[in-house]
Amino acid sequence: MASGSESQTCFHCGLPVPQGSHYQVEIDGRLRPMCCAGCEAVAHAIVDSGLSDFYRYRTENAPTGQLIPDFLRRAKAYDHPEVQKSFVRSEEGNVREASLILEGITCAACVWLNERHLAAVPGVLEVNVNYATHRARVRWDDSRVKLSTILEAVHDVGYVAHPYDPSRQERMQQQERRRQLMRLGITGVLGMQIMILAVSLYTGDWYGMDVSFRHFFYWVSLVLTVPIIAVAVRPFFLPAWRDIRHFQAGMDVPVTLGILIAFAGSAWSTVRGQGHIYYDSVAMFVFFLLTARYFELMARMRSAEATQSLVHATPAMATRLGSDGEEEQIPVGELAIGDRVLVRPGESIPTDGEVSEGRANVDESVLTGEPRPITKSAGAAVVGGSIVTDSPMVVTVSRIGADTVLAGILRLLERAQAEKPRLARLADRAAGVFVPVVLVIAAGTAAYWWWHSPERWLAVTVSVLVVTCPCALSLATPAALTAGTGALARLGLLATRGHTLETLANSTVVVFDKTGTLTEGRPQLLQTRPLGALSVEQVLAIAAALEARSEHPIAAAFRHGLRDEIRAGNVVNTPGGGLRGQIKGETWSLGSRAFVGADGVLPATTHDEDTVVWLANDDGPQALFVLGDRLRPDAAELVATIKASGRKVWLLSGDHEAATRRLASELSMDRAEWELSPAGKLQTIKELQAAGERVAMIGDGINDAPVLAGAHVSIAMGSGTQLAAASADMILLSPSLAQISRGFDIASRTVRVIRQNLAWAVLYNVVALPLAVTGEVAPWMAALGMSASSLLVVTNALRLTRRKPLKGR
Amino acid sequence: MLVPLALVLVALIIWVFLWSVRSGQFDDLEGPAHRILMDDDDIGSGIVKKSDKKS
Repeated sequence: MASGSESQTCFHCGLPVPQGSHYQVEIDGRLRPMCCAGCEAVAHAIVDSGLSDFYRYRTENAPTGQLIPDFLRRAKAYDHPEVQKSFVRSEEGNVREASLILEGITCAACVWLNERHLAAVPGVLEVNVNYATHRARVRWDDSRVKLSTILEAVHDVGYVAHPYDPSRQERMQQQERRRQLMRLGITGVLGMQIMILAVSLYTGDWYGMDVSFRHFFYWVSLVLTVPIIAVAVRPFFLPAWRDIRHFQAGMDVPVTLGILIAFAGSAWSTVRGQGHIYYDSVAMFVFFLLTARYFELMARMRSAEATQSLVHATPAMATRLGSDGEEEQIPVGELAIGDRVLVRPGESIPTDGEVSEGRANVDESVLTGEPRPITKSAGAAVVGGSIVTDSPMVVTVSRIGADTVLAGILRLLERAQAEKPRLARLADRAAGVFVPVVLVIAAGTAAYWWWHSPERWLAVTVSVLVVTCPCALSLATPAALTAGTGALARLGLLATRGHTLETLANSTVVVFDKTGTLTEGRPQLLQTRPLGALSVEQVLAIAAALEARSEHPIAAAFRHGLRDEIRAGNVVNTPGGGLRGQIKGETWSLGSRAFVGADGVLPATTHDEDTVVWLANDDGPQALFVLGDRLRPDAAELVATIKASGRKVWLLSGDHEAATRRLASELSMDRAEWELSPAGKLQTIKELQAAGERVAMIGDGINDAPVLAGAHVSIAMGSGTQLAAASADMILLSPSLAQISRGFDIASRTVRVIRQNLAWAVLYNVVALPLAVTGEVAPWMAALGMSASSLLVVTNALRLTRRKPLKGR
Repeated sequence: MLVPLALVLVALIIWVFLWSVRSGQFDDLEGPAHRILMDDDDIGSGIVKKSDKKS
């Protein structure tokens, strides 16, 4: 249905193609549209490397090629031996090995693409990418290729790679996972052998078996079970011992008791040469419990990995100025308070400090999300991680390492994630009450049967202990929460608090912030108005030529107008004013009205909050450009979906009435309030909550942080401020708003699964307990039943991780 | 007899399993599934083979 005037989507990344742009690449014989120079370049690189199969294999859109200029500059820093010390391993000769995190991976084909492309780089000896974790391991010959070249190769095909030093915590997690897997394997293999012998013994019960064989099998089974008991010590016995010492009763206590009593009883029978043995029950019991725990661990690890890549804002190297003005490249870790650092245009400020020399525009979007750079001059405070855009400056270091603003925010994020979800704590408490009751019942049962028919007391007691193990109850909630959180993380929605899923599912009102949330938050070219003889394309080309080298976000709005024939020279940037340069012998200026000398010309502008940029030469003003904020493409769909789910939608904005009302009616929102201060927004939310509504707030954090913290549950845009990310309960990492509607869906499904699980766990216990007490349940049946129950709960939770196909693509 | 033989086999299996976990065989369970489906033709590893050098 695509005709010339209809909007197309970029073949590479799926974002809409702006009107009038004509980027395209021939892929497999067909011309495909591209949205920007970046995607075009990346697609070219892919095709030129002979990897166009990528477009056939992929199941998702590729990451957008809109360039990240400062990354390229930082790549060179990674060649420095000081920096390499922390994450590069040297082997014999010039061989080096490093681990990289790959960002932007959206599907398996992306991994394939990176692997093949990197393998083709001369000097690279080995590349291996883990499909699950998106970590790459690269080995290269340092005499033939440098690490920065490898990083640039990744960038060529549209992804970002960070060398990475696996934190101790990650290494420990990896070890823990391996250890659990080993325990599982040992138990499984030994269990299978024990089963074989058990079957023989049961057959012997039926058909008759020579006593000497029976004794032999008993002893062999005992020997096989001992390693299983050894394996069960760390995960079950030790925690149970800890619980008992603190007079608590956790889930591990009945498990431990069950295992030990069964084993002790069986050992006693073995030594005596007669009686029943329960080694198969022990093996089954331990095996299934370990399986459930392993799945839980995997789900937890998946959601933790998503946070790892969140912040890589600070650079690795800094340029320190000695007292004689001499420059020295040192790793950022070696900076001391009081050091003076030189930051060149395009570089990131290495750490918090104060400007001592120079005056430049600084892009603080890492912290504030504000795309417009702020002019900083001597005495102003700057934050580590922000980027200097146009002029060099010297910064005196005031805070380093863990004291920096960025580090503090990261800590907040990590701490929030360690919180245990409220439902899990409730379940733990319930289990804590339930377990002593079970122990009492078990003791009572033991006494009764000992008195009644002594040869059965052991079997029945073990059955009671095993069957009533509240494992299903304890697993019901965490398993579902972990699976749900993982599913959300894969969508690009990072839950940072334990209660997020629950509250999101129960929310009744969704409140949106306007600028930066429903709108792009970036200046876009809305109107080009020539004032003289030149055409729209010509004035656009002139403006684009002047902005070509600028890092200012306004420059991006002009980029699509760039024409090769029109180039600007001697471009000088005046911070706070504009750009001035030479084009074909004439002096052109682009910037504010005053800068350009157009004071006196008063045109009508359509929107109050839009920016007007003027273009003039010696003859006077030649054009004006109206830049404004565009609505995000999926905003309408998101609002419609939320309304369809029965929730109300509100819009709160600090902007003028006209713009806010227009947006609210365009998206058919239930209510809009405008010209609100941050305090006003908070007030509105509090009133809503006092009226009994459960409020979900979605914002980007510029002035929103207290509001995000005040709502019942909040989602911060990843493109927003870091402070918002720390105050909110969830971060939207992807640029697509549509994910939020999927997030609501997953949250409700998770809550439903939790309820299903809890219902099942309770039902099972209620039915099984009387059966076990009356002796109807043999220990192996008990083990099977209880394990099946736990597995059922975990599997039900895993249903949440199944991906629903993308709608309408 | 067969039972001791079975025990020896079990010990062997466990030893092999532990080795495979430690050497990282189980670290990436999704990768091989995808890799099979995607074309693995050698598109050139940068090492120029003598046979490739034509006039």
